[in-house]
Amino acid sequence: MKKTVVIALAAVLIVAIGVGVYFATRKPVEDRPAADTELTVYNWFDYIDPEVLNLFTEQTGIKVNYVNFTQNEDMYAKLEAGAGTYDVVFPSEYMIERLIKEERLEELNLENIPNLANVLDNLRDPSYDPGNAHSVPYMWGTLGILYNTEKVSEPITSWRCLFDEQYKGQVFMMNSLRDTIGLGLKTLGYSMNTRSADELREACDLLVKQKQDGMVAGNFVDETKDKMVAGEAALAVIYSGDALYAMEKNDKLAYAVPEEGSNIWVDGMCIPKGTQHKEAAETFINFMCQPEIAQMNMDYIYYSSPIKQVVENLDEEQAANGALNPPQDVIARCEYYNDISDAMDLYEGIWMEIRMAR
Amino acid sequence: MVRTHRAKALKGAYLALVLAFLYIPIVIMIALSFNKSVSRAEWTGFTLDWYAKLFQSKQIMAALRVTLEVAVLATAVSTVIGTLGAIGMHAMNTGMANVLVNMSYLPMTTPDIVTGVSLMLMFVFTKVPMGKWTMLMAHIAFDTPYVLFSVMPKLRQMNPNLYEAALDLGCSPLQALYKVILPEISPGIVTGALLAFTMSLDDFVISYFTSNTDQNLAMIVYSAARRGVEPTMYALSTLMFVAIMALLLAVNRRSGLENM
Repeated sequence: MKKTVVIALAAVLIVAIGVGVYFATRKPVEDRPAADTELTVYNWFDYIDPEVLNLFTEQTGIKVNYVNFTQNEDMYAKLEAGAGTYDVVFPSEYMIERLIKEERLEELNLENIPNLANVLDNLRDPSYDPGNAHSVPYMWGTLGILYNTEKVSEPITSWRCLFDEQYKGQVFMMNSLRDTIGLGLKTLGYSMNTRSADELREACDLLVKQKQDGMVAGNFVDETKDKMVAGEAALAVIYSGDALYAMEKNDKLAYAVPEEGSNIWVDGMCIPKGTQHKEAAETFINFMCQPEIAQMNMDYIYYSSPIKQVVENLDEEQAANGALNPPQDVIARCEYYNDISDAMDLYEGIWMEIRMAR
Repeated sequence: MVRTHRAKALKGAYLALVLAFLYIPIVIMIALSFNKSVSRAEWTGFTLDWYAKLFQSKQIMAALRVTLEVAVLATAVSTVIGTLGAIGMHAMNTGMANVLVNMSYLPMTTPDIVTGVSLMLMFVFTKVPMGKWTMLMAHIAFDTPYVLFSVMPKLRQMNPNLYEAALDLGCSPLQALYKVILPEISPGIVTGALLAFTMSLDDFVISYFTSNTDQNLAMIVYSAARRGVEPTMYALSTLMFVAIMALLLAVNRRSGLENM
């Protein structure tokens, strides 16, 4: 008995030492030759077709380590703490603007990314990143209303529906500051990027009243789509990507971008400062903009691709789907979120008021 | 008579309620991991597809590897450190030992988020690239107290004269350690190791803050929530729950045997 214990302990020690030596003697990444480069790609979960990553490694010899974040803000915190760790990141447009302002992104050498020419004209040279100096669009979409056709009596065309008495307790709002306040502003005909205290006050009153009237059944972000699939509410504020997910699983759901206008979101590809593999990262970004690769990603994720050839390739049903292929008039009445860091206190105060409203 | 009956029924109902609150969510999740439909709103039939999908995913398998590597190594190292530490503290005079015991309690009661953030700050400050290895160091740090506090009671139960008797009978101090003390406290060591392994296996918060490039299973589950929770995640969570339950049962069985 005693012997077995001693032997077991000795075995544990030997294994521990052995494993330690094995890993300690393995060459660290930096020492490997360039052909063996490994890119650390920091992206949303399941937001690239795994087959695409295999193809990339096959064609270029560059390995990819795919790491995930859950929110732009998570990503921002990690980027701050782990400078030099990540080679390609996929933030949303307002976060790109902030990162550019704070000089956390490398300027892209566009000569290495000729496929930028494949990106839709209206998504190139965006206000959040003039000249695409720091980012290349990866996926995009709109903010709108997902509704259950069995639970509404009229076509949903306006943000006003979210404040309509007949849908009392049947509305899911967003649990995010920009989207909630933004749609309040749009309902009143103001810009989603306003810095005017008066306009924001009006929007705040509208949203507080909506809550006090018992219109809101809950504030969610990621849970909304599954709840709508389950038929838990009539109307929900949602991103078009999530709407597509929900509509695939429940054919009673439909999506609309209100006539007052809304937000266009873009998830872009950027290279954070401190990377050791800038050129390989540019190769990666260029690869993602190849039409056949973008097609694979769109089929896998089922979000809207910004690549022209993919859009031209949509079948009739897909092309008619406003969530997947926003028509020109919708794009025309939408705007990007701009970075509003300087007015953030104002926004946050109002957001707190809305959240606390009973 | 009636009164005791009623009391019994009440006790039973109370217990059932508590257990229901604890376990119904997990039971529902396990059931949904076998559901053919992606939607959690309807049951469309039994399937093992989600489990198959799980094992085909390169990313999840890579995370499983990281989880196991970190858990096994952290358990091995913290078991050695914890056991030796316990023996050392046991041999100290009471005052000093008390200080050390309390200092070792602290990391167990500190919220994970505090431990995680402070470790992250330390790694950032010392410019250590954060990956599997920093995650491992963090796991060793929070695992060690569990071993320590599983081994300490065994040492206290031990006859204090055993060690000296062994020396009198011709053992060298080292021989006395592995021929007498270690066998005597081995149940505590094994319990501590199992506990450490369980803690390591399901840790999310500390791992999240101490690793940038490698992800363990808990981190995968968290980041997956963003893009619609697919039943593969229910399957993964089910397997993690079963693995941890099995380990805990093993721990309990062991401590049950010891108390007999």
